[in-house]
Amino acid sequence: MSPPLVEHNYMGPSGALSTEASSPDLRQTELRLGLPGSESPERKQLTLELLPPSAKGKRGFSELKKDGGPSGDNLGSQGKEDKANKGKLEEKKPTGAAPAAKAQVVGWPPIRSYRKNTMAITPSKNKEDAAEAKQGASCLYVKVSMDGAPYLRKVDLQTYKNYRDLSTALEKMFSGFTSGGSAHVGPTDLINGSKFVLTYEDKDGDWMLVGDVPWEMFAESCRRLRIMKGSDAIGLAPRGEKSKIRN
Amino acid sequence: MKVQSAMFYFPEEVIEHIFSFLTHHPDRNTVSTVCKAWYKIERLSRCEVFVGNCYAIRPDRAAARFPGLRSLTLKGKPHFADFDLVPPDWGGLAGPWIEAMARSCPNLEELRMKRMVVSDESLELLVHAFPNFKALVLVSCEGFSTDGLAAVARSCKSLRELDLQENEIEDRGPRWLNSFPDMCTSLVSLNFACLKGEVNLKSLERLVCRSPNLKCLRLNRAVPVETLAKIMNQCPNLEDLGTGSLLADQFSEAYVSLISALQKCKKLRSLSGFWDASPLCLLAVYPICANLTGLNLSYAPTVQGQDFINLIQHCVKLLRLWVLDSVGDKGLAVVASACKELQELRVFPSDLFAAGPATVTEEGLVAISTGCPKLNSLLYFCHSMTNSALITVSKNCPNFTRFRLCILEPRKPDPATNEPLDEGFGAVVKTCKNLRRFSISGLLTDQVFYYIGKYAKALEMLSIAFAGDTDQGMTYVLNGCKNLRKLEIRDCPFGDGALLADVTKYETMRSLWMSSCDISLRGCKALATKMPSLNVEIINEWEAEMEENLNNGVAEVISNNNNKHINNGNDERKVEKLYVYRTVGGPRTDAPDFVWTL
Repeated sequence: MSPPLVEHNYMGPSGALSTEASSPDLRQTELRLGLPGSESPERKQLTLELLPPSAKGKRGFSELKKDGGPSGDNLGSQGKEDKANKGKLEEKKPTGAAPAAKAQVVGWPPIRSYRKNTMAITPSKNKEDAAEAKQGASCLYVKVSMDGAPYLRKVDLQTYKNYRDLSTALEKMFSGFTSGGSAHVGPTDLINGSKFVLTYEDKDGDWMLVGDVPWEMFAESCRRLRIMKGSDAIGLAPRGEKSKIRN
Repeated sequence: MKVQSAMFYFPEEVIEHIFSFLTHHPDRNTVSTVCKAWYKIERLSRCEVFVGNCYAIRPDRAAARFPGLRSLTLKGKPHFADFDLVPPDWGGLAGPWIEAMARSCPNLEELRMKRMVVSDESLELLVHAFPNFKALVLVSCEGFSTDGLAAVARSCKSLRELDLQENEIEDRGPRWLNSFPDMCTSLVSLNFACLKGEVNLKSLERLVCRSPNLKCLRLNRAVPVETLAKIMNQCPNLEDLGTGSLLADQFSEAYVSLISALQKCKKLRSLSGFWDASPLCLLAVYPICANLTGLNLSYAPTVQGQDFINLIQHCVKLLRLWVLDSVGDKGLAVVASACKELQELRVFPSDLFAAGPATVTEEGLVAISTGCPKLNSLLYFCHSMTNSALITVSKNCPNFTRFRLCILEPRKPDPATNEPLDEGFGAVVKTCKNLRRFSISGLLTDQVFYYIGKYAKALEMLSIAFAGDTDQGMTYVLNGCKNLRKLEIRDCPFGDGALLADVTKYETMRSLWMSSCDISLRGCKALATKMPSLNVEIINEWEAEMEENLNNGVAEVISNNNNKHINNGNDERKVEKLYVYRTVGGPRTDAPDFVWTL
């Protein structure tokens, strides 16, 4: 197994993680390049209990999950399907009859994603309410690109609760794209021998390193993600620095 | 025979002149098949081409055939891509089409695309390659940014129409509005409602000032009431308006000027937007309601209850109404009593998680059908429906051409009788002889398909989800619906038997989509073998398989090395997603690694 990649340790003074600043926590933002699925739960089949017994097929119905609340939408059922997320997030859960926790089906009800995304943030334009509204928002899609990968992916930030979930998902998503697809990749095998770091573009258009700010703040301000080669990432300002410059 | 040889004595110009009366493109397609001479005359004089599936023909072949082309309509991804059933990067690229047109069709003036991926570079090419380019309509497209829009604005000298409907546009800032030429523009229609970001308000006002021909203007949410009022004062001839944010204080200057501006717009017939609409701003709209023919409140959850009723009761000439289900059965009852001319109704769900109370039910639909007998197009999301309601609705409104009913909970029976909804939907197909588009939901057995096959002779597009019992269901449809063009099925127990029941049928159709059904790789391969004129594409993410191969260092995820997966012997594997379409273009050359053409 390849040793884990280490995220650059830019822990600025305003980083809220600084109180917990210790190396193990940085693993939340590490990109690992192990075998696909090496850390994911086993793929299980889901069945919808509402089905009549005549339902046939190995996967008679699309993956279902129990919705813990308006914002929980781990399968990206309100957005583009995502290979890695499916593998990671399939779980066998009983489908309760309770209306508050109804199972959701991918792509159902049949409403255009544009409409779903728009309605999710419609309740209030007011900034104070916006955070609240986003709690109930169904999805928050950002594009993820990786230097050298042939195409982009999209992830729904609302489906993750913390940096670790996000980075695990991204690992799976992009694990096939490094040095010709070989699964056994260590830091030295990568192109130019450089490591990868995870960066994001925030609301102001600045590129920041992922991991400095509390997850909620990150999720709210992140507009897109980029998995950059470590050599390119030097010079990115940590959040603390940026706010200093502002003031 | 004699008549035909007589036609040969007509000079080409005469035949061409005769053809010019054929505007319906299927008719033109038909005359082009009569003989070589007609084919040649037809193709050289053809101005408009509609390509319902961009992979049905190679772009350069289409471009070469119609060098005089002025208007092109293209559709890319399958319909279910709207509901995220198609992975990103599936295809539907506009680039090859624009490049082919650039090489062969210099007269192109209009391009309409739906569900396609368009890059900024393609937009640049578009406006530079076609000096007469006038109209760009993009619906549910993606892949471009406001930089691409800037290129269009900047370089397209005679742009009349820029219509962006529900696209995913990357926002790179509001500068694109500045890119329109400084002198008067020829803009007639500008719709940027789907842009999510900020807009430079001053630029917008100036643009409107120098666009005297503007008839249709749809703003995005970032445009406040103040700007809206200013704009409307500039365009009293506006016919179609999409508002920005309709939040204003009662005593604000903005509100007052909005009222007076709206009153001047005597030609306003269609309204949409209503973002964050406050009841107060709705009051300002009342004076123009009497002339409205189109009203879209489907992005305005704040317009409900009494506010909605107060508004809609004035809209006596309404033909087209889009609302959210938060208006309730009560609101729909008022629509039924006020909007006697109504032809199209769409009711969208406001609460996607079904956690709230039911807001529209079968009662609302029955009320509408009773009050609005001219209704011919329906899209209705509800929590429940009964057979008797559907039977009543079809009796009241026999003119449906489009009928789409979505009961939010899959497989839900008639709550009054606990029976399937076969009879209700059956009544719709029996009564509505002109039904062209049909979407069904709720608990349904093979019986509903029997009805559809038997009665829905005009049906062109059918969407099915969570329905049916056996292969027979799908077979009824394939055998019975003579005019079927598009069939899309998800989560139904139809297997290889149904898929292969009538393979030649698919050549008469544009496409077939089946996902989460019971078909196997063996069945799909059989289809591909029997019908070489079809592209049989499967979308699969057989991850476990890929993992295994990666362990052996055998497969490369990136490469399009499908054979290893397809031919490794296990043909009994279920196919998750199947997309079959007729084509003269052969297998796709741009298929990503998860799309396997058999």
